[in-house]
Amino acid sequence: MLSISKRSVSLTGFFILFLFMGSSAVQAGTIDLFTSEKGEIKISGGTAHIPVMKDAAKLIMEHNRDIRISIAGGGSGVGIKQVGEGLVDIGNSGRKPTDDEIQKYGLKLFQWAIDGVGVVVNPKNPVKKLSTLQLTEIFSGKIVNWKALGGSDKPINVYTRDNSSGTREVFWEKALDKGEITDKANVVVSNGAMKTAVANDSYGIGYVSVGHMDKSTAPVILDGAEPTIDNVKNGSYKIARGLFSNTKGEPKGLVKKFIDFLFSPEGQELAAKNGFIPIK
Amino acid sequence: MNKTTIAETGFLGAAVLSASLAVLILIFMLALSFSLFKGGLFFTLLRTPWNPDHGLFGIYPMLAGTLSIVFLSLCWAFPLSLGASALISVIAPAGFAKFCKKTVQMLTGIPTVIYGFVGVFLLVPFIREMFASGSGMNILSASLMLSMVISPTMILIFTDTFESIPASYSAAADALGASPVQKFLYVILPYSRHGIFAGLILSVGRAMGDTLIALMLAGNAVAVPGSILDSARSLTAHIALVIAADFDSIEFKTIFAAGLVLYAFTAFIILLVRIIGRMGMKNR
Repeated sequence: MLSISKRSVSLTGFFILFLFMGSSAVQAGTIDLFTSEKGEIKISGGTAHIPVMKDAAKLIMEHNRDIRISIAGGGSGVGIKQVGEGLVDIGNSGRKPTDDEIQKYGLKLFQWAIDGVGVVVNPKNPVKKLSTLQLTEIFSGKIVNWKALGGSDKPINVYTRDNSSGTREVFWEKALDKGEITDKANVVVSNGAMKTAVANDSYGIGYVSVGHMDKSTAPVILDGAEPTIDNVKNGSYKIARGLFSNTKGEPKGLVKKFIDFLFSPEGQELAAKNGFIPIK
Repeated sequence: MNKTTIAETGFLGAAVLSASLAVLILIFMLALSFSLFKGGLFFTLLRTPWNPDHGLFGIYPMLAGTLSIVFLSLCWAFPLSLGASALISVIAPAGFAKFCKKTVQMLTGIPTVIYGFVGVFLLVPFIREMFASGSGMNILSASLMLSMVISPTMILIFTDTFESIPASYSAAADALGASPVQKFLYVILPYSRHGIFAGLILSVGRAMGDTLIALMLAGNAVAVPGSILDSARSLTAHIALVIAADFDSIEFKTIFAAGLVLYAFTAFIILLVRIIGRMGMKNR
């Protein structure tokens, strides 16, 4: 499933790149910063960030072939750990690194977009509205049948993410209020894998980054608010988080330019194109 | 130095290097899980559940998950492999037997992730509809797919054993007018019991060490499985899922406990194969 998600991510990456290249070729801006640069940037961590990272990397590497940018997933925990230990230059996280982590590794945080985390079910499932209470009871294993929620008489299959996931962290804190997640829940390893799992399971329920939502899964209206970018923006949908790119110490040289690019109009446009809320 | 000495030194070096690697890995795991042995935490881990939010880091559910997936996959793979190798080496006409053997040889080369892929898109939906309960990611799905992964090797080992019976035995059975099936049941099978057992045990090792099939198909739930339709997590999948945890955390340390358990199992299995091999030699 890992490889499926990577593939679909890169496919969307390609597609969006084509859409975008037309407009960017004319108006050159921040990208010119990279003209005389040379070197390598290694990035890993949060799986929600990957589409934006890929698009940015493509643009920069197309512009200057002496620059190499490698992007890996692994989850927010991995990103923070690897950048802290100096294995990568930029470690992405879908949650704010803890004070401990910031102190221990001397991390500098750069939040360049806002993302929501939304509950998803299979499009065939008639249950598309839940209250926070119902959601907590589903994830803690108290409600085990869709019938109790007005659906068909079928057991609920709960999907969750592994413990290093920033998406899980935010969902667990803000949607479940740090409530129990049943030990019977299936565990998947990325936002992409979560989408595949729920898209294939008519009686499944899970949660993904709002930026990753598409027609393969159906968003669930939580306490009357639909998980859309607009609702996250106007504050009516509460389960939101920052997307962070972290460096060990103050970023320098090429890495600094990459971070600057994420905050430039072009970078912010990439974030918006991928379904996130730009910070500027 | 002549050619022979150079070759000998080269081979000796390679042997020492690979042998010391195995030992070094063991030492490395023991060193990193050392703090777990103090106070006997290691043995507590083997029988407690996993719930990091409540300070529980036991690997008992994963132990149960691994054992049930492996046992069940052998239940599917063993009869299948025995039948297939009987067909290849005894029953089928030469041309068809050769075709079957080539196909099986090709199957051994397919990467596990392909089996996992097929499992996610074909087997999991089928199991889900068939039993109308759960997500279809469960012990049954994982064990069925895992049996597909381990069968080819098992079939090849069995076939080799069946084909290695002395020609005089085979000729004697033919001379007495035995049918191929009779010859298989009364001559080849009893003669090959050690080879069969060795093949079976090697497959246990392979099944236990596989990560991807369980990770993709078993569902990875941390509850102790109560039925074959329950989602479960294997030790290998557990390591893959937890490796992202903070290096200093207890979570991270406990995956060395999981690694040690796997190492011990594998060592035990290899020992068993050796003993059986020696017994087989004596009996002949």
